[in-house]
Amino acid sequence: MTAPLIAVQHLGIAFPNNQVFKDLSFDIQRGDFVTVIGENGVGKTTLIRALLGMLKPTSGQIKYFPNKKAIKVGYVPQFRNLDQEYPLTIEDFVSLNMRGWRPWLSKAEHRQVDTALRVTNVKKIKQRPLGMASGGEKQRAYLAQAIVQAPQLLILDESTASLDNEMKYELLDLVQNLNQTSHITVLFITHDLPLAKQYAKHYLALRPGQQEFGAMAGMSVEQLKEVSDV
Amino acid sequence: MFSLAFMRNAYLAGTFIAVICGTIGVFVIARNLSFLTHTLSEIGFAGAAFGIFMGWTALSGMLIFTVISSVIVGQMSVKQSRREASISAISALFIGLGILFLSLSNQTSSYATSILFGSVIGIAAGDVLRVAILSGIVLLVMLGLYRPLKFDSFDAIGARVSGLWTTAISVVFLVLVAMSVSVAAQIVGSLLIFILLTLPAAAARYFVHTVSKMIGLSILFAIVGVWLGLYLGYVTNLPVSFFIAAIECVFYFTALGYQRLHVGS
Repeated sequence: MTAPLIAVQHLGIAFPNNQVFKDLSFDIQRGDFVTVIGENGVGKTTLIRALLGMLKPTSGQIKYFPNKKAIKVGYVPQFRNLDQEYPLTIEDFVSLNMRGWRPWLSKAEHRQVDTALRVTNVKKIKQRPLGMASGGEKQRAYLAQAIVQAPQLLILDESTASLDNEMKYELLDLVQNLNQTSHITVLFITHDLPLAKQYAKHYLALRPGQQEFGAMAGMSVEQLKEVSDV
Repeated sequence: MFSLAFMRNAYLAGTFIAVICGTIGVFVIARNLSFLTHTLSEIGFAGAAFGIFMGWTALSGMLIFTVISSVIVGQMSVKQSRREASISAISALFIGLGILFLSLSNQTSSYATSILFGSVIGIAAGDVLRVAILSGIVLLVMLGLYRPLKFDSFDAIGARVSGLWTTAISVVFLVLVAMSVSVAAQIVGSLLIFILLTLPAAAARYFVHTVSKMIGLSILFAIVGVWLGLYLGYVTNLPVSFFIAAIECVFYFTALGYQRLHVGS
């Protein structure tokens, strides 16, 4: 549990006219549940893109253990514009993320999809077209697709923003369960401080020009509010 | 009817065309590319005119024009917001070129209409072979790319964040569409091509809800349309394209009606 999965060292990212990070350092331990909090435009998405390797740091480095190739990442993006007529069943949508060359799924791959559907609690409705699913069911299907490859790191990008209170906790319960039983490391980006407080082990608070990383235990929501200045 | 060589050829070529259009169409609809296929058929007309002007076959001219222009469109409009405008620009240019080459090659206007609306009688055994080979290539590439193509088409955001090479997939797919357009133009003509590339697949997605089933049903709709269209054209001596268009529209409107009854929206 104490071995780092990712070490961010003196990371700097700058766009023309905009220095997003200057000297950002923190470690994400294996099995950790880190929440990233901060206002819009403070660089949360930029940080994720850098972690995913979609963006080159201007200075500093991001180290992956044992190496970048060995770390599979599951990502639940913030926006997906799937309308009511989106045709695929939840099961077919989840299996989109199965790699390989074979046009059909092998038995083992079917089992993988089945497991993802089961642990995210959508197995009963797997034949339903995703367009007809409710907001909470959609988010669970997205989560199922993200974990179908058994990733080491799961990134949730504001995944609860469009959900009502009950559904939020339902989704996060599932994520916490994955974190505890399958030891998936979780990076949870959110505005929702009470939610972050309840589930995360560590927080990374981002403010313009200033960042703070620490343990969640013992912090009250008010203290969190102060550090993140949301 | 099958004692006539040209009808046999038409049925053979038509079947190949129905299979690849039905298959590709599912992805065309998923990627919101109906407008592009319409444009590509216009570009195909220009290419055919160019092929005649150069003294090649119409098919080679179409292939060159549609493939080149779809790669240009793919490069120009990776961003969705820019896609419509860049497609319009490309199509305007190519339609102009089509008229230019047609007038330069001194062909009569009846030749132009046979490019635009297709001509069943014009299909020789050699054409069938060419259509078969091109269909084979398109299907093989699709099969090899099936999973990434499926992911990118039905969940572009998920595919991008999972690290798929989505731009490359996009360009390869456009080339496949271009090849299908050129192939299908032989029978239904370049103007009506987008019917086979869009309507069967657009109808299929209301009845079934997995990619493989959608492909199967879309192929079935396309084949029924082509076979029945050819038959009715033979019996009535009216244009085949009209019948194919009408049949596919019946499928599509039936699907919309089914959806309304079923879901109420």
